[in-house]
Parts: sequence; structure tokens; C-alpha cells
Amino acid sequence: MTNGWVDIKNTDLMLIMGGNPAENHPCGFKWALEAKRNRNAKMIVVDPRFTRTASTADLFCQIRAGADIAFLGGLIHYALENNRIAKDYLLHYTNAAFVVKDGFKLPEDGVFSGFDAKTQSYDKSSWNYATGDAAGHALKEPHAAAAAPGAPPAPPPSMPEKVAYDFTLQNPSCVYQLLRKHYSRYTPEMVARITGIPAADFVKAAEMFTSIRKDGDMKKVATVIYAVGWTHHSFGTQIIRTAAILQLLLGNVGRAGGGVNALRGHSNIQGATDMAGIFDVLPGYLKVPTPADGSFDGWMKRLTPKPAKPGQWDSFNYWSNTPKFAVSFLKALYGDAATKNNDWAYDYLPKVDRNFSWVYLWDNMYNGIVKGIFAFGMNGVAIGPDSSKNIDALKKADWLVVGEIYPDETSEFWKAPGTTAEEMKKIQTTVYRLPCAGFAEKDGSFTNSARWLQWKNAALPVPLGCRLDQAIVAQIFLKVRDLYKKEGGKFPDPILKLSWNYTDPANPSLSEVLKEINGKALADLADPKTKQEIKTGQQLPGFAWLKDDGTTACGNWIYSGSFTEAGNLTMRRGTEDPSGMGVYPNWAWSWPANRRVLYNRASCDLEGKPWDPSRRQVWWSEAAQKWAGNDVPDFKVDSAPKDHMGPFIMNPEGVGRIFAPLGAFADGPLPEFYEPMESPIDNPLHPQQTHNPVVKRFKTPADKYGSPKDGYTIVCTTYRLTEHYHYWTKNNPVNVQLVPEPFVEIPVELANDLGLRGGEKIKVSSARGEYIAKAMVTRRIKPMLIDGKKTYQIGIPIHWGYRGIAEDAGKTALKLANLLSPTVVDPNAHTPEFKGFIVKVERVQA
Amino acid sequence: MSQATLRIQKMSGHAGPVPGEGTQRELQVCKLIDVTTCIGCKACEVACLEWNGLPYRETMFENTYQTMPDTAWNFWNVIKFNEYERPDGSLMWLMRKDQCMHCAEPGCLAACPADAAIVQYANGVVDFQQDHCIGCGYCISGCPFNIPKFNSATKKVFKCTLCSDRISEGLEPACIKACPSGCLHFGTKDDMKELAEKRAGQLRDHFGFANAGVYDPPGVGGTGVIYVLHDATNPEEYGGLPKNPTIPWVVKLWKGPVKWLGNLAIAGGIIAVTLHYLRYGAKTVKEDNRAEGGQP
Repeated sequence: MTNGWVDIKNTDLMLIMGGNPAENHPCGFKWALEAKRNRNAKMIVVDPRFTRTASTADLFCQIRAGADIAFLGGLIHYALENNRIAKDYLLHYTNAAFVVKDGFKLPEDGVFSGFDAKTQSYDKSSWNYATGDAAGHALKEPHAAAAAPGAPPAPPPSMPEKVAYDFTLQNPSCVYQLLRKHYSRYTPEMVARITGIPAADFVKAAEMFTSIRKDGDMKKVATVIYAVGWTHHSFGTQIIRTAAILQLLLGNVGRAGGGVNALRGHSNIQGATDMAGIFDVLPGYLKVPTPADGSFDGWMKRLTPKPAKPGQWDSFNYWSNTPKFAVSFLKALYGDAATKNNDWAYDYLPKVDRNFSWVYLWDNMYNGIVKGIFAFGMNGVAIGPDSSKNIDALKKADWLVVGEIYPDETSEFWKAPGTTAEEMKKIQTTVYRLPCAGFAEKDGSFTNSARWLQWKNAALPVPLGCRLDQAIVAQIFLKVRDLYKKEGGKFPDPILKLSWNYTDPANPSLSEVLKEINGKALADLADPKTKQEIKTGQQLPGFAWLKDDGTTACGNWIYSGSFTEAGNLTMRRGTEDPSGMGVYPNWAWSWPANRRVLYNRASCDLEGKPWDPSRRQVWWSEAAQKWAGNDVPDFKVDSAPKDHMGPFIMNPEGVGRIFAPLGAFADGPLPEFYEPMESPIDNPLHPQQTHNPVVKRFKTPADKYGSPKDGYTIVCTTYRLTEHYHYWTKNNPVNVQLVPEPFVEIPVELANDLGLRGGEKIKVSSARGEYIAKAMVTRRIKPMLIDGKKTYQIGIPIHWGYRGIAEDAGKTALKLANLLSPTVVDPNAHTPEFKGFIVKVERVQA
Repeated sequence: MSQATLRIQKMSGHAGPVPGEGTQRELQVCKLIDVTTCIGCKACEVACLEWNGLPYRETMFENTYQTMPDTAWNFWNVIKFNEYERPDGSLMWLMRKDQCMHCAEPGCLAACPADAAIVQYANGVVDFQQDHCIGCGYCISGCPFNIPKFNSATKKVFKCTLCSDRISEGLEPACIKACPSGCLHFGTKDDMKELAEKRAGQLRDHFGFANAGVYDPPGVGGTGVIYVLHDATNPEEYGGLPKNPTIPWVVKLWKGPVKWLGNLAIAGGIIAVTLHYLRYGAKTVKEDNRAEGGQP
């Protein structure tokens, strides 16, 4: 979230799309209802079905799963056509005025400039700003001469230091004009053809959403709230980009009650992401080195951006501090073994030379490359996609270690329904099942969607025979280290020299771990401005103290400040809220620097005065000559408004990116609508390029993809219920009581076509597998008109499998919803396309 | 369940004054359910089961998100779901938490013949005292909301207690505590009424629900559980909430005219017997009857 859960109460308007918070985040959803109760805020819900969230909405639009970019692009088009935009904000806080260099082409034919059909990838060098002269005019660029054979490869293209711009926004190559042109195709009629939302209904939604910027008034604020309904697509990152562009266009980012807000699906999934839960990032979103980086300096050169902006503007470019974060991280990992002379132990870090993300991992196991897997806190087989591929992959693995509190589909993959006794005998995978502690039996911190780190205490003792996750991992590590000590090995140093200074090395306390993550001084430090001093060994007050000379250690720069000399701040439970805006500065601790709303400089006009005086977050204090506020300013505190420093300090441009230059995204600098990999129609925008051009199909025999020609004409989406939590509450009687059995939601009209009544069994088939459950015949999903064709959409809650109370009692068909979903991933985040694939359905004769 | 700290103001099947009646100042308690912000999450259902230690039961999927068709003797709180198409074609998914309404004039209490098996505390809570219950089931027919449910094993009737054990200790009912959306409120009847009217006004003025209103039916003297509805003219759509609930006429007849007729008949009988005695004296038993082993 750019903002936070509580902050939603400050909004005037909510667009909830790609998420169903009433269902999946019922506690947080209260803040949306608070906004309705206390501010008469309006709520627009756009979803493939009329959800629990929709039941409290003021306007609901039923969208075809996967058509989100068309809807949001249509909103951008509507806002631009009706002048419902935040003009000053756009001009000064975004790159709308920046001029894009010659050679860039919009994807009218389905692809941007630089596409290579053979490799299905882009040469992104044309996705860049033009270099500007002193007046901002674009300089003519010399044509690059063909590289001489044998010459060293040209350095990767970078953004110009001085960007060309046109503050009148008239230059046809400026970002604003490109945006206009790009989305001019997203008319209400086109939106209707793609999304299935009738044009009149779409216009109603567009009118309502953009009404907050009527006549250019900046007081009102709208928020965009989403969850995995946006990420589970082969263009998921670009859906979120479209929303970000829309919010920049309307001047809603950085403001209380605004922002682009991702609702994270699990209690600590934000924490997992922050702490390197993704294969190509280290803690604090430092990119993992690649073999091409060569050295610490090479790595830092790639990661540390240089400012790129109009000459007269200023840019904080906060990532210029990357070396401080990286050196401190390596000092935390390797302590005294990381020195300037050995490149801060850079060689000890693993280098990423391929895609190790979820789906690739299973694909590699299927292909015999990955030999084993540790499965902790997740049910890999059930999670899918294409569960049968994952089951087959595990059959080929040498070993599987499962840390769980229940027997689950993964730990019992070898007895998946349909596996014969003969086949079972052939499975040679060794399975280790480690009984773990449950969430209530562990302490530690959860990081929620609002970026709050909140400490929790263990409520119950660990059951006999079970162990804490950190104890299991630590004990495995100590054994491995012993083996390296005894037997040596090709490269034992990264293991032998790892810092492991916990009071109980076999069971590290999590507060010691958090202390380590926060970081400490390795030498006496002093701030020349404030004269503040920190002694060797003391906890750091925050990341501003991090150094790139080896005098600080810090496990994750964005968490620095969470466990200071004042103690564990994640334990704080102060309920005072002086501003009344739900800031609660003494409740837990939020990254970064206990700041609740990111980019909050953008909540003020150019002079540093809040756009809305009734919602004052931060402001420029002329008297103190610095930024002050109810929240922690997300800005260089002494940068006066006249210096024109951009509020988006994490971008080298200092401004929000409507156009995302160069390598920011794999599939385009502006979001374009593409059909899901499996879709009922060809893309009405460019039928010759239906799908996201850079998305590749997987190639094992398990990877099958369906098309309408084969009879797969029904759009299917998957989701979760409030009564269940993922795949493990099927073991808990109280949850099972609330929703006892799997079901498939289908429209009344489809049921009539099939001659099916509610509660009777239905079989859903995709190119990959089938799913059988009772039908829930509902009016909450209606048939749609997609590109002129009547199209049905159905939905499957995912929570069942082949182990659980109902399953063990023989009351279900022992099917996993993800037997249906395809192995296709988003090219940026590598998230699978669990939503919007195609199926056929039939009645199951009783 | 009987609570020592809760003062009783009405008792079923009880002649004469209620002990302690009117001796203390009492506020009427009230639960407010704003169905317009209920998300049907069922936290209240679970909290009710957990607090009251009720057993988990096997349920069936019945083409609805609703856990069970109705309340049960060991399931006192159920959210009723209804997909409702408005006349303009737009859809509403109505969710209403159903439980005992704690009527000011409770039909169950009126119908109950057993002394103090059903009581109404001075704070308005209607509570069943199973140790006095004779299992006749009259309360079931006396309730216009179809709430009390019979346990055939114990021959006793059960329903929501408004967590009288919790509120006697100054806590809110368990459902209120668990509600994440803020659609449940608990307080005095006056305060809840005011809050409800305010919310209904907001729905009328700002959210286009011209018929929004408060459900506090006068036919049962008002209720200790009140609802805010988007459309108060159409309560039946909310899982069958009766439009004008009243105590059934059978119960009224039974407890009204029939009762007095009965009383009259009893009094008449006593008078007749007395007159008979005065006129004819005591009946004498013949000696030979005794010899045959007849009753004395």
C-alpha cells in the first residue's frame, strides 16, 4: 500500500477492483465502511461477480476476468477527454511533460517499438526520454554506428541526465500526448466490447470516479484498492501500472485517502516480500547480483541510478544510497569477514543467472533439473498452477521436506487421487515431514499491507514433538556448517563465515533476529549537523545512518528504525492520534521511518501547502525552513518548495512515472490491453496480437493450453472465501461447518442451459484437468456480451483438495481447483494466471 | 441462564409480583444491526458458538452462502443471505444476522406456562431458564420470529441469551465483540435508536435509499435487537423478517380471554364445591368399602 488500512477512512471515493476485501480482508474493510459512514464516501466495485464487497457498493460493474486494463484505460481516456485531471500535479509531480525520444512507437498493431518476434522480447532502447538542451528542447541524437566486430558490447542504455520537456504539453512526443493517443482507442464502446460492461454503465462508473476532479478542484481524493485479482494475470503488473497512471493523472497519490493500495493476502506476506521472498531481490528490494555484474562495483553500478530530470528541477534520487544499504547488508551477513579489500564479501552472495520464480521452479523440477524442495508454510501442490504438473514434478524429485501443521496435498502428493498402486511403487521421492508450530505458537512480527511491523506474542506453547520454523532452519544450517567444517568443499566460505551470533544458535530468538535486521553501529558514529552520537554496538535509529564504509551493519535497510536503543518499536501499542487522520504514530512501527503515507510531499501544492486544508499530512514550514507534519515527511526535510524537488524520491526523475522508461517493465512503458493466454475472443484492439507478446508458453507435455475452437468457451476465475483460509482450514471443524463443501458458482442462465439445479454436481474441464463440485446457481454472475458474443463466466473458490475433514470423510470429489489453471506467468512479477482462463462445463449424472 | 446480578422484571407462568421488581433503576439494552454494512462474514456465528460452548455440527452446501437454513437449538445466530433483484433490475445481496429479537412484549414468555422458565430482565433481555422448562414447546408457537428451538434429547428449548452472562459483567455480547465491519453496535435502547435513525437518514439523504429505515416493530412492543434496513418497507426480503410481527392470536387468546374463562371456571368450581359442602356436608365412606381394600 502507498497508504494504509486506517487511512482509507479519509477517502471520498473508492475504486475496489481486482480485490474483494469484504471477503478476504474483513477486518481491514471496516475502514472502507468508515469512509462511507463518516464522510459519505462512495464505493465503486468492479469484479467478475457480485461479491460480498459489491453488496456494500454504490455502483457495481461486472467485468470479464482479465479485462481490467481495458476498463482502467477507458477511465484514463474519459478523464483526459473530460478534463478531469490534476493539471498542476500532472505537470510538476509526474513525467507528463517529458519528451520521449524519436523512434518510440505506440502499440497500435499490438507491439511497442523494439519487438523481436523470434525471442519474444523487446529491445527497450527506444523507450527512453530525449536529451534536452537548456530550454528543454530535445537534442538531435546521433545515430549509433553499428558496433565493430569484436568490440566490447555497448553499455546498457541509460536515461539522459537532462531530460527534454514541454510544459505546454503540446509536443506530440511528450508523455502526456503519447498517453492521450495511446488511450484514445479505449472508448466506452471498445471498453464494452472487451469487458462486457455495457457502455452506459461504464460511463456511469467513469463519471463517478473522475467526479472528484470536477472543474480541476483538488480537495477531494479517491483511492484505488486491489488484491490478487489484479496480479493473477499474464499482464498483472501492467494492470497495477494502469491504476497508478490513473491516480497520478487525478493527483491522488501521496494524499490521505488516496493512493494505489495493494491488499496483501496473508498476515505477513508484505513481510515476506520485504525480506527477500522473491528470488531476484535481497531484503529491502536490493536486486540480487547476476554473473554479469562481475564485482561489487559492477553490481552497484547497475543498481545505483543517476538523476534524470529537467535541468532546473531537483531530484533526491534516494536509491543513490544503494551502496550504503548493500555494504551494511553484507556486514550484517558476514560481519568481520566482509571487508573493503574483499569487496564486502560480494563473492559469497549467490548470483542469479536464470528465473527461479515459482512456476519456473516447478517446471525445472518437472524437467529433472531441480532435485528437491523445502516446502514450509505453503502447500505447493494445491497452490498450483496446474496442480497435476506439480504432482508429477514431485514424483521426479529426489526428496521433499515439508514443514506443516497438518498432512496436506503436498506432503501426500504420492497418493493424489488417480495414482494407482503400481504408479505409487515407482515413486522414489523421499519425503520428510517435519511437524511445525502454528501461527499462535510463534512470536515475531507480522508486516501488514499498511507496512506496519506489529509484534505478536506466542499464545500457546509449541506442541510436543513440534518445532519452530527458525529452530528447524537453524539446526539444518548448523549441520550443513559442520559438514563444511569437516569435509571442506568447493567454496565453504559463504557458509563458514556467515554471522550466526544468537544466544541459542540452534533456536535463534526472533527479537534477536529483528535487532540484527534493524542494524547497529560497528564504530562510533556522529552526525555533524545534529551532533548526535552513536557508540559502537548500539542499535541504529534509522537508515539515514547507514554507511558504505563498513561502519554499520543492517539486515534490511527499510526495517532500520524498528528496533532501536529505545527497544522493539514493533511492540508499541499507543492509540493516540493527534491529527484524527488515523496516523497513530505510536502504534507499532511502519517502514520506512515510521511513515504512514508514502510520497506525502505530493499532498501539497507547489508552495508546500496541503491541497486540502482539512486533511493536513505534511507542509512546508517557512518559519522552521523545513517540512513538518502529522506524518513523517517522505522528502528531503530541508528542500524548500522553490528548489522544485520532485515528490517521488525513489524515482531518479523525482516524479511519478506515467511513462516507465527503459527496462522498468518487460512488456511496455505504457500498459496495453492483452487477452489472457486463454481467452474466448481475439483481442479487439489488434486481433493479430491477442496476447501479451513477451509471455511465453511452457513446453513440457503437461503444459496444455485450450482455445474456443476446442470447445473451451466459458471464462473461469478462482478466488477465496471469508470462511476459509487457503488450504488448511479444511482441517478445522468450525470453518468446515461454515462452508462444508467445494462449489462452483455459475449463472442462472447457464444452469438453465445445462438443465442443472443448485446443489447438483457440475464438472468443469480445462485443457489440463477437471474439477467436480456442487453447483451454486446464482444471479450474482450474469451472462455477458463480449465482442458481440454471449459469454458465460463462472467462479471456483479454491479451498479444497484431497486431505481435510470433508475429504477424509469421502464427501468431496477430492479435486484441486488448480488442476484447471494454466502454467502462464506475468513477465514482470512472474505471478501465474489463476484468473481468466477458459473451460467447458457439463452436468454430472448422479 | 439465570444471572444473579440481572434483576428480573417478568416471569412466565408466575402469579403475583416478581421478586425485586421495580426496585432498581435499569437501562434497556439494545443491539443495533446495520444490515447495510454487514458483509456476511459469519464472525458473529463463530463467536456465538465459541462463547456459548456450542458443538460444531455437520452442515450441507445448499446452493447458498448461508450456513444453515435456520437457527437451531445449538446454533443461535445465523446470517440469512438473499440475492434480491430490485424492480430496476439491479442486484442486492442482502445479509441479515438472525437471532432472538428480545421483544419488549415477548410472545414466548406470554405463551410459557412454566413458572419462571422464561424471564425478562429489567434491562430487557429475554432469557430461558432451562431448569424450569417443562418442554411443552409453547414458546415456539408464541414467537413471531421463529427463534426458540427444541432439543428432543433434553426436552428443553434454547435460544440466544443476548450473552446475558457477559452483559451482566459489563461486557458486550460476543457477536458484537467479534464483528469486524462495525455493523453491530450495543448500548442503551435510546442510544441505539438514535444511532439507527441517524444512519437511516444518511442512507436516505446520501446513498439513494429512499425507504431506508429502522426496524423496531411495535407489534411486540419494540425489540431489544433493532435493524437498519435499506428498505424498511420490505423487511421480508431480508431472510423473512416479518413486516408486522405480533404475538400469535392463539397465545393471546390462551393468555387473555381463555385464561380468565379458565380462572372463572376454577373459581366457579370452588364456589360450587363449597356450596355443595355447606348444603350436603362431608361425604361419608361406608364400612364395607374399607374392608374391600378401597382407598381411604
